[in-house]
Order: sequence, then structure tokens, then C-alpha cells
Amino acid sequence: MDYKINLPFTEEDIIKIKGGDVLYLNGTVYSARDAAHKRMYDAINEYLEKTGKKPSEITSAELFENGVTPIDLKGTVLYYLGPTPAKPGQVIGSAGPTTSSRMDKYTPLLLDLGLAGMIGKGRRSDDVKAAIKRNKAVYMGATGGAGALLSKCIKSSTVIAYDDLGTEAIRKMEVENFPVTVLIDSEGGAFRV
Amino acid sequence: MRIIKTAEITQAVKKMCIDANLYLADDMKNALYTACEREENALGKKILGQLKENLEIAGNESIPICQDTGMAVVFVRLGQDVHIEGGSFNEAINEGVRQGYTEGYLRKSVVNDPVIRKNTGDNTPAIIHVEIVDGESLEITLAPKGFGSENMSRVFMLKPADGIDGIKNAVLTAVKDAGPNACPPVVVGVGIGGDFEKSALLAKKALTNQLNSVHSYFDDVQGDSTAKDVIPDNTYLTKLQKDLYTEINDLDIGPGGMGGKFTCLGINIEVYPTHIAGLPLAVNMCCHVNRHVKVTL
Repeated sequence: MDYKINLPFTEEDIIKIKGGDVLYLNGTVYSARDAAHKRMYDAINEYLEKTGKKPSEITSAELFENGVTPIDLKGTVLYYLGPTPAKPGQVIGSAGPTTSSRMDKYTPLLLDLGLAGMIGKGRRSDDVKAAIKRNKAVYMGATGGAGALLSKCIKSSTVIAYDDLGTEAIRKMEVENFPVTVLIDSEGGAFRV
Repeated sequence: MRIIKTAEITQAVKKMCIDANLYLADDMKNALYTACEREENALGKKILGQLKENLEIAGNESIPICQDTGMAVVFVRLGQDVHIEGGSFNEAINEGVRQGYTEGYLRKSVVNDPVIRKNTGDNTPAIIHVEIVDGESLEITLAPKGFGSENMSRVFMLKPADGIDGIKNAVLTAVKDAGPNACPPVVVGVGIGGDFEKSALLAKKALTNQLNSVHSYFDDVQGDSTAKDVIPDNTYLTKLQKDLYTEINDLDIGPGGMGGKFTCLGINIEVYPTHIAGLPLAVNMCCHVNRHVKVTL
């Protein structure tokens, strides 16, 4: 099935979409890849150590309000992306997905904190699959190697955190009819991964 | 003796960095377009259509084909009668990369250390392989290598007894393990022989050759003092190349991993003599954005 989706996902949408469905996303996504994931993950763990809390005792809002993470992860969609620099007059440069499995180490924690969706390419670990199912989230694939084409669906892009990471900074982006395929759905149903 | 100025090298490398990231060579482009016409799997065909459109946008609007504009791999064939003047040869290449990646709005993807991982900010250093050859020209091949596919590459130290079947199994294993991660349709660079590191270098070099080709050490040394009876009959290589092309495309990984008969667009093989005890084999995976540009100064 093909669906036009307005982000953030509604609970109804998340349950409706299944592995193999094609989605056209509209709304806000945040770019984050290896270095941004590591930085958020390390900051969360540092916070846990400092407060003596368990992961199940913290919320994404608490992390955001305390400056531990630069975004409130609840309901958020992350795009595994490190774009090329925008030329004058461009919103963003080439902007296709990077390989998702490198984020696997960090992902279950983010999903448990409420991360709703991820856009990348390729396979995920069993731990990630289980965390997607546990939290009713969704993993989507964009076409690898189509960065010029996909950049056309990004209507605005602003670096909101980790500017020092260059291409690996976190960007808030508005997308319009951004094409993805559902690779792991909220019931853990996997499509070709 | 011929003098070549380092400024010429820098200028050439800069231009190659930009061109390689915007346009594919005709053999790659034609293979992609042919696949786009012939793919029968609906999802696979849709992905190929996106890749074709992507390539057109890249060329027309000067947006890099892929956001991973790679680490700059440079193969140099330096004529032994050339004298380089005007500074350091390696620095001339790195300066070309620096200027190309900055002025061309390409992504800076190089970190200073595998563990500390601070971005160097200008995509340097390049990876430079120099070969000294006869003559007085300087040939530079620049191949920006993306790491989605690089990460799925493998070296297998096979046994001589593994033979041709062992080679086939290892290549197919590497392609299967790469699956959707390496952005299929892929190009598979295969290096057979040499030793551990030579096989990897052959596999990388193979990616810069004409698509769907085989090349052996003896292709370049025929006619010199090598005894004729040790020059191998390479008929088996052409068959191996064709068989692997078919068997890889029978894996049904397909474009984007979505299924279909185009898992690879091509497979290139490079072969080198090896040791009596070994059969090194390297498989360097590359996505359809198999970029390489060559200039001769």
C-alpha cells in the first residue's frame, strides 16, 4: 500500500502501516548519524550515572529539559543522514540515507525513550527489531545512492545541535512527500531486511 | 627527462574530485540505464528509476550523486623519467583534494584517527598508491570511495585446494552478507592472488577498470623476459567473470535490496601471481556510484 503520512506519526498510522508499504512523509525529521548518536547516548548514560536512575525511570522530556539531549525524542523521526554542504541558494546538498546498522548499538535506548521512527538503509540487529516491536515504532528505508533526488523533498534544514560535528550535526528538516519503504513495522514485521 | 609542476597536479586532482562526484563514466551510466529498462521486479525497477533520475539531477544541477562523496583514493602511475618540481608530490595531491572538496561543496568524511574521530575538515589525507612505470608521463586515477559499500568488503585467505569453486563461494558470500547494506545494484571488485594486502589493492584497482572486465599481471608484461611457458591461459578468468555475474544476479537481492535480477551491474577481476601456499582473495564492494576519473599529465 502507498500512504501519504503527516508527521509526527499518529498512533493509528503507526499501527496501520506494514512492512513493504511505501510512505510519502510530510513534516519534521531530524538528521542524526554515528557521531550524534554516540554523543546523545553517552550523555544519557552520564545522566543515569549522575542521578542514579534506571533507564526505565527517565523520560525524554526530562532529558531534553535538562539539556542532556538536544531534542525531545518522544514521537521523533530520525533520518540517518550526513548531507553534502548546501551551495548558496540550496536548502541542503545531496541527502541520501546512510547504513542503519552502525546505529544499532544506540538505538534500543532511544526507542525505549520514545523515538517513533528511523529512516536509513539496510539491515537492523535483533535487539533493534525487538525494541521497535516493544515500543511500537517503525523503521523505514530510503533509496541509498539517490541523494540528489531525495534532497528535492527537503524544504528546510537548520542545524540545531552539535554544529562542531560538521556533516554529522543534528539538523531539523521539513520534508515534503519524502519517499520511504517500511522495512520493519510496529509489530516487528520485516520486509527484506 | 620531463618536468611536471606540482601546481598542475593539484589543479588536476581538484577538478577530478568535483567531476567524479557529479558524473558517472559512460560504462557505469549505460549499465544502470540498461538495468533500468530490463529489471522485471516492480519494486526493483522503481529503485532503478529513482537512481536514473538521481543521476540526471546530479549532472544537470551539480548536486553530488551521493551524499557520501567518499575518501579520495588516488592511483598514480609515475613515469620514471618525470621530475616533480614545486614542492611535495603528496602534498600537491592532498591540496587538490582539499580544494576540490571545499570549492565543490563535497562532504568532508575523513576523521583524524580511527578511535578519536575528529573530522579533519577538508577530506584529507587522500589514500595514495604510487607505481613507478616506464616513460615520462604521469597518470592519475582518482576514485572517491563511499563507505556504505566499503564496510561490506572482505579479504579471504583461501587455500590452493579451494580453487575456482572456493573463489566463487567466497565472492557470493561477500555479496550475500552485504545484502541491502551496500546499496545494490553493486559493482564487485575482485582481487585474486598476490598476498594479503596485494589482493585488497587489486580488488580496489579492479573497480577502476572498464566495467565487466578481467585483467592479469601478465597482460602488462607479455613480451619482456618472462618465460613464455609461465604465462597462464586466462580463458578461465573470462568464464569466472561471466559465471559470477550471473550467479550474483540470481541471488535476488535486487536494486535497493528490494528484489530483482540486478543485484550487480558488473564484476571486475584483477589477478596477480601468488605464493605456492596461498590463494588470497579480496572482494571490494562498490555501489552503483562507482566513481573514477583518470588524467594523464
